[in-house]
Amino acid sequence: MGIAQQTIYEQAVLFIAAVVVFTSFLMLAQKRLFPLIALFASQGFLLAVTTALVAYDRDYPHLYASALITLFIKAMVIPWLLRRWIIQLDVHREVESLLYPTYVMMAASALVLFSYYIVLPIERLSTLASRNALAVSFAVVLLGMLLMIARRQAVTHVIGFMSIENGLFFAAVTATGGMPMVVELGVAFDVLVAAVLFGVFFFHIRSSIDSLDVDELNRLHEVDTR
Amino acid sequence: MAWLLVFVETALFIALAPLFAGWVKWVKCWLQNRRPPSLLQPYRDLAKLFRKRPVIADQASWVFEAAPYIVFATAVFSAGIVPFVAAHMPTAKIADLIVLVGFFALGRFFLTLAGMDLGTAFGGMGSSREMMIASLAEPAMLMAIFTLAMSASTTNVSQAIDWVQQSGLVLRPSFAFALAGLIMVAVAETGRIPIDNPATHLELTMVHEAMVLEYSGKYLALMEWASQIKLMLYGVLIANIFFPWGIAHDFSPDTLGRGFVAIAAKLALLGAVLPTGETLFAKMRVFRYQEFLGFAYLLSLLGMLSHVILEVN
Repeated sequence: MGIAQQTIYEQAVLFIAAVVVFTSFLMLAQKRLFPLIALFASQGFLLAVTTALVAYDRDYPHLYASALITLFIKAMVIPWLLRRWIIQLDVHREVESLLYPTYVMMAASALVLFSYYIVLPIERLSTLASRNALAVSFAVVLLGMLLMIARRQAVTHVIGFMSIENGLFFAAVTATGGMPMVVELGVAFDVLVAAVLFGVFFFHIRSSIDSLDVDELNRLHEVDTR
Repeated sequence: MAWLLVFVETALFIALAPLFAGWVKWVKCWLQNRRPPSLLQPYRDLAKLFRKRPVIADQASWVFEAAPYIVFATAVFSAGIVPFVAAHMPTAKIADLIVLVGFFALGRFFLTLAGMDLGTAFGGMGSSREMMIASLAEPAMLMAIFTLAMSASTTNVSQAIDWVQQSGLVLRPSFAFALAGLIMVAVAETGRIPIDNPATHLELTMVHEAMVLEYSGKYLALMEWASQIKLMLYGVLIANIFFPWGIAHDFSPDTLGRGFVAIAAKLALLGAVLPTGETLFAKMRVFRYQEFLGFAYLLSLLGMLSHVILEVN
C-alpha cells in the first residue's frame, strides 16, 4: 500500500515524520544555541500535531491528552527552561565550531538508511498504515545520539538527549497508537525532572571547570600537563 | 503538425524569456522601493547589443567566438525538450531530464572555456567559481530528479507530469524536499542572490558577469539571452513538474490556449517569489557556497530517503 492509497490524515502523519527527521538534521547543522532550542521546540510541536492527528484518525481520545502534555512540556516548558539557563550562564552568544560537519552529515544520512534496514522486519509485525514512520523515529533516536557524540557543549548534549526521547515517543505514537496513559504521564514528568536536573548540572559544571565544554571534563586538574 | 508546434512553442519560449527576466527585475525594483524599468527593457538591451559591432581581443581563439553560439544553442535545445505549454510533444520522446542536465553541463563547459580563453584574471576566477558551483549543484539536481523518477517510475518529463496529475493531491514528503532542493539548485545555477548577484559588476563577488566580461555586441547579447532562457527553463521545470495543473495534453487550440494562460500565471507567481527571496537574503561569501549547496543536496537526499522509507511498501 503506497502513500497514494492512504487517507489524508495518514499522509499527513507520514509527511510530518519526514519533517521531524529533517529537524533532526537541522539540529546537527545548527551552531548557535537559540536556533537549536527553537528547532527542538518545533520538533516537540510537530510531535504534538502528529499525536493529535493519530488521535483523530483512529479515534483514540486519550491521545489528545498526551498531545496536550507534549505540546506543553516539550514545545513550551523545556525550551523556555533551557533558554533561561543559557541566558543566565551567559553562553547564548557562543557559536560552537562544528568538528567535521560534512562527515557528520554523511554519517547522519547513513544512520537513516541503517535504521530503515534494521526496522524493516519489525515493520511487518504492525498493521497500522503509519508503521513506515517507525524507521523515521528510530532514525531520530540515532540522530539524537549522533548530536551528543559530535558536540562538546553540555546544552547541546541535553538537547540531543531530549530529541532521543522525542524519537521514542514518535515511535510509540505512530507504530502502536500511543502508550498507556500512566506510562505516558510518567515519562513526561521524568523528562521534565531530567530537564531540571540537567539545569543543576549545568551550573555545577560551570562552577567547577568554568566552561560548558564537556571535553574539559577529560582532564584532571592535578595532573594538568597543558 | 506536431513538429511544427514544437518549433512554434520553442520560439515562443525563447521570445518570452527576456520578458520573464524583465518581470523578475520589475518585481525586485518594486520590492526595494525603486522605480522599475519597463517590462520590455531586456528586449531593448538585446536589440541594442545586436546592433553594436563586437570587439574581440587579438589573442582570442576560435573558442571565444564559438562559445556564445554553443551556449545559446544548448539553451534553445533545452527549451525545446522541456514541456512548456503542452506535454507529450514529439521532443519528449527523444530526451528526458538527464539529457536536460547534460545540455546544461555542455553549455556551462563552453561558457567556462570562453571565460578562460583570453587569460584574464577575472575570466579565470569566474570560470573556476562557476565550476565549483556546478560540481556541487549538479549532484543535488540529479538527486532531486531521481527522487521524482523513483516516484513516477520514469525520467521522462511528460510522463512524470501525467503521473503527478493522475495521482491527484497527495502529501508526498519526498516531493516537498525535492522541490526545496531544486529551488535552491535553480537559485545557484541561474546566478541569483545569495550565490551570485546578477545586477552587480563588483569584481570580487561576480561569477557569471566575470566570465562574460570580455564579450561585447552580438556575442554578449547571445550570452545574456541564453542566461535569461536558462532562468525561465528552471521556472518552467519547477512549475510544470510540481504543479502541472492546467498543462495541455492534446494539441487543440482551446487546450493550448488554456495551457498558455496556466503556465503564464505560474511563471508570474514564481517570478514574484524569486525576487522576494532575493530581497530577504544577503549575498553569501564564496566560501559558504558549499554550505548552501550541501544543504540543497541534503534536501534532495532526504527526499529520496523519505520516498524509500515512507512512501512505498
